[in-house]
This record gives sequence, structure tokens and C-alpha cells, in this order.
Amino acid sequence: MSSLALHRGLSMQRIGAMILRYWYLLLSSWPRLLELLYWPALQVITWGFLQLYIAQNANFFARAGGTLIGAVILWDILFRGQLGFSISFLEEMWARNLGNLMMSPLKPIEFLLALMIMSLIRLAIGVIPMTLLALFLFQFNVYSLGLPLIAFFCNLIFTSWAVGIFVSGLVLRNGLGAESIVWTLMFGIMPLACVYYPVSVLPVWLQYVAWSLPPTYVFEGMRALLIEGTFRTDLMLHALAINACLLVASFGAFLALLRSARKHGSLLSAGE
Amino acid sequence: MTGNDNASSRPTVADGAPSAAITVDRLVKVYKQTRAVDDISFSLARGSITGLLGGNGAGKTTTIAMIMGLVLPTSGRVRVLGHAMPEESAEVLGRMNFESPYVDMPMRLTVRQNLTIFGKLYAVKNLSDRIAMLAEDLDLTDFIDRANGKLSAGQKTRVALAKALINQPELLLLDEPTASLDPDTADWVRAHLERYRKDNNATILLASHNMLEVERLCDRVIIMKRGRIEDDDTPDAIMTRYNRSTLEEVFLDVARGRVNGLREEAAR
Repeated sequence: MSSLALHRGLSMQRIGAMILRYWYLLLSSWPRLLELLYWPALQVITWGFLQLYIAQNANFFARAGGTLIGAVILWDILFRGQLGFSISFLEEMWARNLGNLMMSPLKPIEFLLALMIMSLIRLAIGVIPMTLLALFLFQFNVYSLGLPLIAFFCNLIFTSWAVGIFVSGLVLRNGLGAESIVWTLMFGIMPLACVYYPVSVLPVWLQYVAWSLPPTYVFEGMRALLIEGTFRTDLMLHALAINACLLVASFGAFLALLRSARKHGSLLSAGE
Repeated sequence: MTGNDNASSRPTVADGAPSAAITVDRLVKVYKQTRAVDDISFSLARGSITGLLGGNGAGKTTTIAMIMGLVLPTSGRVRVLGHAMPEESAEVLGRMNFESPYVDMPMRLTVRQNLTIFGKLYAVKNLSDRIAMLAEDLDLTDFIDRANGKLSAGQKTRVALAKALINQPELLLLDEPTASLDPDTADWVRAHLERYRKDNNATILLASHNMLEVERLCDRVIIMKRGRIEDDDTPDAIMTRYNRSTLEEVFLDVARGRVNGLREEAAR
């Protein structure tokens, strides 16, 4: 895999080949497919019933109907988007196939694009049934958010890719010993992204940190839409700008980590 | 005798050849305190088969990995098919391929799916015809639609070889290509490699512990020890120099440090 010819000749055939590789893998393994559906469904059911209970006992939540379950769905887009990206990458480590890919004409940018597309496919398999469950069990129709939903989705998926790219670079450099970061890093962001509560709840100094994270803008935007009925374009543009910086930085970090892996011989022993 | 003393003082098959498939120039790889590869130089002529011999930790795999661009050298240069590695790897990766015990083919995918994916990555034209031809040549037909994880060791090796040949590479790097194979399958793989080299004028560099394999296949042998080139010549010339009748005996002499006396004895 050449890291030094990024700008030349992206090949759709190579990107397609990688997507085909992950698609074959998904189809060959029903536990992998089940896992995609299981956790999102469990999440929406648990939090949906909690919201139902709170709504029956508190005026505010009755008025702000859907913020909890909406947050659950949007959080899952962020979390599952990153996992979808990173797990496809980990599949190569688990299969000890990374050397084959690194030695092929596949470019890093093509590999990452294939992982991004796979994260969308995996997300669709897991989250679409989840939204249907929310609709039928709790009468929460996430699609009724309309166009703002597209803005929320794009910003969350961009963040998930940025985190996924960075974490994949860490695993590439440090081996499967760093695998736990794949599963846990996003949970470190969760309290600061203010998924279930407004930013104003945080101490002032922490609010600055929170506003440096694109998902914070999305969850604030979602609450503004559901509670006040207003779509905050400014929040979405802020998130988009930070996401652009994060994606560039994460790609740069991935290349630096790939180079470091080559320097330290980590690609030869792509295990633990 | 050091690698460089030896490699540079005695003419080798491909020294200085402008059409060299691989040129390694004063290559060094240091991992923390360890010099895994210590100032080695050689060049391989196109169409040649060269064996890289040495005990565990001799630096064979690191050398091959640097040629492939998987590991960055601490210093020195590598040129493959006329291009600097890894800077110009995009120019050559499609023209070379490799097989190594350090990598596997995805286990859950069938042989055909794996070959299809790698064929697409290497932009192989008429891919289904190419896969059919490889399946016939390498006797994969009976299990081509079986998952790779359900194959025997011998079948997996043949599949890995099919992957390594999918793009009809001009340069083939093989790390222990017949390890864990029974003698019959190993012999069959060697015959196939010989045929492939002859039919395609391909260059093959193989690291091996199997001395009979090297004697049979290689027209040149590079012996490594502790990261340096200990000797570099044709198998016959090396055996004559050490006054031995097999490469295995030479290997043991080198590994156990019985080199100088034997050379002097042979010279007398």
C-alpha cells in the first residue's frame, strides 16, 4: 500500500473490491449480522421505555417528547458509525490479511474510503430497524425531523469516521493490544458531547471543551428542534467546520502512524 | 568475512546489471538495540531465482519486508524493477506479489471470493478466466467454492500461491513457500515455481530453511547470519568453497561458526 501516491489515480475498482470483501464476510457470518441489529434494538427499547415512564411523570419531558429516544438514535449513529468503520479494519488484523493489502496496489485513501462506505452499510443494517422499532413501540418517528436529520446524520458520521481513522491508525501502529481503544474511545466523548443533557449543565470551563466536539452541536441542535421547534443552521455549520478539521487531522495522523508502523516493523507482526 | 566484504569483492550473477529486478544498497535496519540487517548489498538479475538462507533471526524476513516496503530501512536504498522503494511503490506494487507465513487469506471467504478480491485489487483483466486458469494449474478446482478456513495446510498454501500469481508478477517474493507441506505437495509447488519462472521470465527471491529446495530451485544463494551477508554465490560454488556436498552441511557450518577453517581447507 503506497502512502506516498495519495493524489494519483483513485481506483473505484479497488475501493469496490474492498467493499465486496467486507460484504462477503458479512454474508458468511450470521453472528456478525445479528450483532449489527441486536445492540441498537436493545438500546432503543431500554431508553424508549425509560422515556415513556418519565413522560408520564414529568411535565417537561412530556413537552420535550422524543429528546431521550432521539438522542439514543443519534448517539447510535455516532457510535455505530465509528464501530462499523473500525471493525471492518479490525477484521483485517484478526484475519492477518493486512500484509496482503499493504503489499497490493491499494492506496491508504482507497482503503479508508472503502471502510467509510462499509460503515454506512453496517449502520443502515443496524439503525434502520432501530428507527422502525422506535416508531412502532414509542410512536417516535425520527424521519419526521426531515431535512435537519440529514444535517445531524452527516455531522455525526463525519465525526465517527474521523475517530475511526485515528483509532485504526493506533491499532495499526500498536497492534491488537490497542484494540480496546476501538470499543471505548467514543464513550470518553459521550459525557462531553452532552448526548442526554444540555451543554449548560456542564461547568463553564468544561463547556469550552464540549463545544470543541462536533457531536455537541448536533445534540444541542436536536434538542432545539424537538423542544423549541427551531433548526439551528449555525450549530450545524460550526460542527461541519470542526469535522472538516478533524477529518484532515485524523487522515494525517493515520499516515503518520502507518509510517511509524513501517519504521518499527509493526506490520510484520500485525498481531498483539 | 562480512556481508559487504563478500558481496562486493566477488562478482555475482547480477552485479551492476542495469536491468536488475532488485538492487539493495548498504541496507541497515536497527530495532532499538538490535541490528536486524547490517549493511547488506546485493542485486538480482531479472529472471533469476535466488535463495535467501539463514537461521532464525538472521535478517531474511526483515530484508524481504524492506524490499516489499513493509518495513522502512534505517539507512540504505532499495530499488525494485527500477523504482525506489518505498517512495515509488505505487509504480511497482501491481507488478510484484508475495507469499508469506506471516499473512493469511481471509478464512471465512471462499477461495474464489478471495481470488476475485485480490484480482480486482491488482486490476487483473479477464479475471474469471485468470482464476479458472490458476485453479486448473494449481489444482484448486475441487475446493474453489470452499471457505479458506476449511482447507488443509497444503490446500491453503496452494491458494496463497494462486493469490501471489494472480497478477502474473514480474517479481515474486516468497517467505518459506513450502513450510508445513508434505514432501509431495512441496515438490509439486517447487515444480510449479520453476515452470512459472521459465514461462514468464519472472524473478523470484525466496527465503527458506529447506536446503534441498534451495539447491533444486535457485541459481544463486545468499547466506545471512546476524543481519549480514555471510556468503553469496551459486549453490555449487558455495558447496565447493566450503568443501561440502550439500547446502545443509554448509548451513550448519555457517550457523555453528565453522566457516574459516573449512574455507581454508577447501582452498588448499
